[in-house]
Amino acid sequence: MAEIDPAFLALPMRRLADAALGRARELGAQHADFRLERIRSQGLILRDGRVDSARDGEDLGFAVRVVHDGTWGFAAGVDLTPESAVRVAEQAVEVARVSRPVNSEPVELADEPVHGDVTWVSAYELNPFDVPDAERIGLLTEWSERVLAADGVDHVDASVLQVLENKFYADLAGTVTTQQRVRVHPELEATAVDRSRGTFETMRTVAPPAGRGWEYLTGDTWDWAGELARIPEWLAEKVKAPSVDPGRYDLVVDPSNLWLTIHESIGHATELDRALGYEAAYAGTSFATFDKLGTLKYGSPVMNVTGDRTVEHGLATIGYDDDGVRTQQWDIVKDGTLVGYQLDRRMARLKGLGRSNGCAYADSPGHIPVQRMANVSIQPAPDGPSLEGLIGGVERGIYVVGDKSWSIDMQRYNFQFTGQRFYRIENGKLAGQLRDVAYQATTTDFWGSMEAVGGPDTFVLHGAFNCGKAQPGQVAAVSHGAPPALFRGVNILNTVREAGR
Amino acid sequence: MTPQDTVERALALSKADGCVVVTTERSEANLRWAGNTLTTNGTMRSRSVAVISVIGEAAGVVQRSAVDADGLEDLVRASEQAARDAGPSEDAAPLVEPSGPSAGWDEAPAETSIGTLGEFARGLGAAFDRAAARDRLLFGFAEHVLETRYLGSSTGLRLRHAQPTGRVDVNGKSPDYARSAWVGRSTRDFTDIDVEVLEDELARRLEWARRSVALPAGRYETLLPPTSVADLMFYLYLSAGARPADEGRTVFSTQGGGTRIGERLSPLPITLRSDPAEPGLEAGPFLTATDSDEGQTSVFDNGLPLGPTDWIRSGELADLVRTRAWAERTGKAPAPMVDNLVLESADGTATTDEMVARTERGLLLTCLWYIRAVDPQTLLLTGLTRDGVYLIENGQVTGAVNNFRWNESPVDLLGRITEVGRTERCLPREWSDWFTRTAMPTLRVPDFNMSTVSQAS
Repeated sequence: MAEIDPAFLALPMRRLADAALGRARELGAQHADFRLERIRSQGLILRDGRVDSARDGEDLGFAVRVVHDGTWGFAAGVDLTPESAVRVAEQAVEVARVSRPVNSEPVELADEPVHGDVTWVSAYELNPFDVPDAERIGLLTEWSERVLAADGVDHVDASVLQVLENKFYADLAGTVTTQQRVRVHPELEATAVDRSRGTFETMRTVAPPAGRGWEYLTGDTWDWAGELARIPEWLAEKVKAPSVDPGRYDLVVDPSNLWLTIHESIGHATELDRALGYEAAYAGTSFATFDKLGTLKYGSPVMNVTGDRTVEHGLATIGYDDDGVRTQQWDIVKDGTLVGYQLDRRMARLKGLGRSNGCAYADSPGHIPVQRMANVSIQPAPDGPSLEGLIGGVERGIYVVGDKSWSIDMQRYNFQFTGQRFYRIENGKLAGQLRDVAYQATTTDFWGSMEAVGGPDTFVLHGAFNCGKAQPGQVAAVSHGAPPALFRGVNILNTVREAGR
Repeated sequence: MTPQDTVERALALSKADGCVVVTTERSEANLRWAGNTLTTNGTMRSRSVAVISVIGEAAGVVQRSAVDADGLEDLVRASEQAARDAGPSEDAAPLVEPSGPSAGWDEAPAETSIGTLGEFARGLGAAFDRAAARDRLLFGFAEHVLETRYLGSSTGLRLRHAQPTGRVDVNGKSPDYARSAWVGRSTRDFTDIDVEVLEDELARRLEWARRSVALPAGRYETLLPPTSVADLMFYLYLSAGARPADEGRTVFSTQGGGTRIGERLSPLPITLRSDPAEPGLEAGPFLTATDSDEGQTSVFDNGLPLGPTDWIRSGELADLVRTRAWAERTGKAPAPMVDNLVLESADGTATTDEMVARTERGLLLTCLWYIRAVDPQTLLLTGLTRDGVYLIENGQVTGAVNNFRWNESPVDLLGRITEVGRTERCLPREWSDWFTRTAMPTLRVPDFNMSTVSQAS
């Protein structure tokens, strides 16, 4: 197992935590936690094989959060001295005092065992921040040149984002956690331009971002050589593909596309803070309201959804959340029925749900933890079919691969997605690509139309770095696993006709 | 170490051919509430230093927070190494030279605190009491940010800018969440925010919604209010890069190569423009970039003076966002992005209410939401309506309609508008995390494409 970066461990977090928590206790806080974080991020972007942007950032700071007189107070600072930690603790209490007149629901937190002084590190082999720039740039340059050399490719955009996140957390109850995780997101997109017609088309890799190190780009976890080799031919086929006739089709949706539909229509809809209205003015609420827990028919009986922050290489995976809760796995939808939500300690207590399932997360030292998404995944059927088996069951349909455009309403009913590739299915066989396709549905209708899911061998973990929520806005990385799945009678739009052309 | 000291020391440490140092001191205070009670709050301080080293035609950027004197040399060396590793940049251009005196350089960073929201919080507390008495729930967010940037360069630039950015979102709902309305404002200091005025507007809209009308998908005559227009125009602005257009891969590319500059986009004499000195929307007067992006922003252009720029003038596409390097390559003038956006028409004088009064049958929207590109070729966007779609009949709002998913291109839409109202300051609903300084008119669209009904309320 990798070890926590000694440079992070050398920071004076324990001294600062003692100073801040001691001051918060003196000022009468019922709960106080101290969190010191260092987040390193690098973004490397190449255009046509040349570096367009190489960004290297580090965010370091700490925050104190208190419950004082039944009200939250939060403050964050950057000077790593005990004096500053005391001052920030005082500011947090002051924020609670200013806020007290507008708080009518006293804050109480669900019980959580004290975990003592514990350490957790994510599963990876090679810290991407230990790889020299020249080597990282070299690999992306080589990928870009390989694809650029192919016929019909006019431009190639290649990028890799990488993050090293270190968190130290200590609370008045005595839990002290020190954690480290790593994630990488490599991506390459080819563009074909037809200047005479004034048109263009793109094709992007569908390789998922992952909680892995640099070995992900050089090893055989993902077939990079195979995917890069096929991008030009997929693009050429897409350019020439016929435009889709809108109407109802059966869909076989690949995990590379289905993950985003899961994210938007299940992941966000089962965040309890949304169901309770905390996000109503911004991200929105949820049709899956709390009174429907245990009864809402979310989808067909083959639909089983879990939430977890424990799966290896998951982007939302961590040992302990930002409430000091040890992370878990639990059911969200069982045999098609809503049975669980994503929680933090405050909401778990408020709704009498027992222990929190560990979804508190702050994206930076300067932001307050809120309930953020776990890895929410559709479970495969133990004896489910292969991808070919699913396609074989469709007479007239479309096979959808890779995500592209996405949008869903603020109650998570009506969604519209596009993809990287859409293949016509005729009599159980793929019959070439289609263009200009979008699928549009209402969440419970869509999941209700899911007739079959693939078997365990077809399950793939995809995800994103950039899920947004809360005000001030926070960004979180999250994975979603799925097998391919078969949906009957889904509404397909033609996007060119939608544009009125 | 003061921010000015940090800049001077980093520049003195630099061994690169050229160097730009940007320090950012940021303070922030916010309150968030839901269901007539506080949910989260906070005050935050942060400090960061970005060092941009130029070696030959290559640039390296490294940014760190909370850097002390010892860490500064590491930062400068890391930035130089990054430049050596990056190789020649297509954005390369000589660093910007000083063009005037360095006004205010010696001033300390401006700072905000929770106190800036003190008066507002008191008003909000009273509003919660009134809302509870009138069977309404309030949700929302108020934020004040002060960001002070110091930019110094090896060419002698010493620039300081303090940018206040405030915003407030208020959402009012009936207790069953069936009726929902929204108002938002941008502000520099919260002295111009009156909670009661916001409440009155919400109350008026929630009353409109007492009658609900179900309408199917289809094309409707639609009044897009300023906040909705701001969200669409911001997307257009983000998509207005000269380089990708020249390369044939945006909505502003033209058949046969080249861009659509000079082409008429709208039959109406509308102007879309930016100006750092726009009253009430004052924005940074020089460019700061700690990242290059697609030929639209370049770190080599740091410190470039920003001025009034027309993107669309009298209905014609006037310019696209262009770095100095791309300008040099294409024989055009640089056109850097400015942190505000105004859409106006010389004959746009009507208020939204006056435009409603002139409408026989149509829809009045409140907000657009979850806006994403579907087809970059046409800049077809999709999204939802949110927090109030109202039916206008014979010049009066007669009820609230269900929400819709829409599919529309802002570029296409400018070609179909039939009336432009009075321009007023507004807060974009979708993009206000990144962009708050906008002034837009209400637009009348004869045939807005509502693609399907959304059950969301």
